[in-house]
Amino acid sequence: MGLEVLAIVKHDCPVCDQLLPALDAAGARLVSQSSEEQTLRQAQRLSLSRVPEVDAGLALSERFDPDAVPAVFLLEDGTERERVIGLARDRLSALISRAGSTLELDGLPAMRPGCASRTRDPEVAGRLAARRARASGQITARELELGGLEDPFEAMHERGLTDGLPVVPPTPERVVAMLDYSSRGPQELVGAVPPYGGRATVEKVAINAVMAGCAGPELPIVLAAVEAACREQFALHGLIATTAPAGPVIVVSGPYARRAGMNCAVNALGQGNRANSTIGRAVQLTVRNVGGGRPGREDRAAHGQPGKLGFSFAERLDETAPWPGLAQARAGLRDDETGVTLFAGEAPRLVLDQLVRDPAALAASLAVGLEHVASQRQRVAWDAMLVLGPEHGRIFREAGWSRERVQQELHARTHCVASELVRGAGGVAEGLAPEWFADLQTQVPKFAGPERILLAYAGGDAGLFSMAIGGWVSGEAGSAPQSASVEPWR
Amino acid sequence: MSLTILDPTAERDPDGRPLAARPGSPRTVALLDIRKPRGDVFLDELEALLRDRGIEVLREAKPTFTKPAPVDLRREIADRCDAVIEALAD
Repeated sequence: MGLEVLAIVKHDCPVCDQLLPALDAAGARLVSQSSEEQTLRQAQRLSLSRVPEVDAGLALSERFDPDAVPAVFLLEDGTERERVIGLARDRLSALISRAGSTLELDGLPAMRPGCASRTRDPEVAGRLAARRARASGQITARELELGGLEDPFEAMHERGLTDGLPVVPPTPERVVAMLDYSSRGPQELVGAVPPYGGRATVEKVAINAVMAGCAGPELPIVLAAVEAACREQFALHGLIATTAPAGPVIVVSGPYARRAGMNCAVNALGQGNRANSTIGRAVQLTVRNVGGGRPGREDRAAHGQPGKLGFSFAERLDETAPWPGLAQARAGLRDDETGVTLFAGEAPRLVLDQLVRDPAALAASLAVGLEHVASQRQRVAWDAMLVLGPEHGRIFREAGWSRERVQQELHARTHCVASELVRGAGGVAEGLAPEWFADLQTQVPKFAGPERILLAYAGGDAGLFSMAIGGWVSGEAGSAPQSASVEPWR
Repeated sequence: MSLTILDPTAERDPDGRPLAARPGSPRTVALLDIRKPRGDVFLDELEALLRDRGIEVLREAKPTFTKPAPVDLRREIADRCDAVIEALAD
């Protein structure tokens, strides 16, 4: 082996054109980043004595990783001893003479920077990064080939990988680029996803996040949400399998929500915002693909509801907010941190009050909406989330009512006398068993406690509306809302 | 042009879990109540029918319908019984 000179060039670089004849004459090993045809034409144009080799798959270029070409390397038994990037006459002469050869550089300028190496081309860089990630074990997911005659979007539908809407094909390049947005290792376990306990690694979640249409900054939020959803106390298995319509609702509280581009204001629960639409979707795709929970098979919802495609929004924690965020209140996060809260919720219903001006009246009005989630006759085993709109929130804020105060007032106002709630009362079969009550004048709460009414804050400036989201089965027998910090996943 | 994507699934063995062999003549059958209203009524009827056929019946119940049956319960049923009938639905 001994000493060898390697030169990496490309066909569309004038500095390579200038240097190639001299390198050719000096007997250097010439390797081109261009195609066979482009390399041949360059060799003919420059009247080289031989055609440079083609760097297959840019493997050599990736190994030595020059910023620019021409890149000349002195190798000893294959190991790099020295390199010169671009045209630098004196340094090149010195390098070549170390290899026991000479370089005819007369007439060439003393110094000329080269042209960008093809490995710096973004598309090429993406491919190389994906290849590196696979080689290093960063990504381990099986590769699926979508055939040349297949439309990739149709193909993914046919393989059962979508929620009914098209998904973004999770190419290795896209997944590797997505993984850049979390500091966590791709093979770290986020959670075991029901119903079959599939292992959601950071990589698997990233694949489903790409499919959902997430942009990179959303990944840490998705990861925190998947982790929280997979906790046993959230009872995701039951939530997937239930005949009830509930699904995971994801509330994001803190400054990172804005950095990820989330919407907390006009139409926050609706369409039009990429992050809002894709974060919840990524979690549901993870449930489908990693957990194996599919409608009609494991998911037995009688009707389901549109929120099961994905239901995520950000809290509006600006100067209009009456309280700190939900995750801040529940998980002790600081205002400068960001957290997610997972709630097993059905479709939101409107609670309208366009005449209210004082907090007590507002509490009374909101209480009516809350009391009727699921059925007015269903008591205690139900939680609810109230998404307070700004025109309602202002009333509590100006009155100085804390979150706890509002929860207590709502809890107190959602009581009803047992005689109106028992089975058969008012001709309605549903209800509480009368034998549970020694005295039918007992006041029965709707909620097990004030803390069971989760208060979130979001919405546009105009509109005297709030939204009530009924829960599923709550408490120890069912699902408990889970809050988690986004910070560790960034 | 063909496209390579990464598999978004857990890459377990997929669809189609094979059915277990039919028990033939079970001697002991577990009746598992998932604790939905009136599941016990249905299982009472089944118990009577099974006992008429000389089959031993083991009555069990999950703590809640919202979560999978606890591992110990599943193990007990698998150890002691030849088959299980589960009262599902609403």
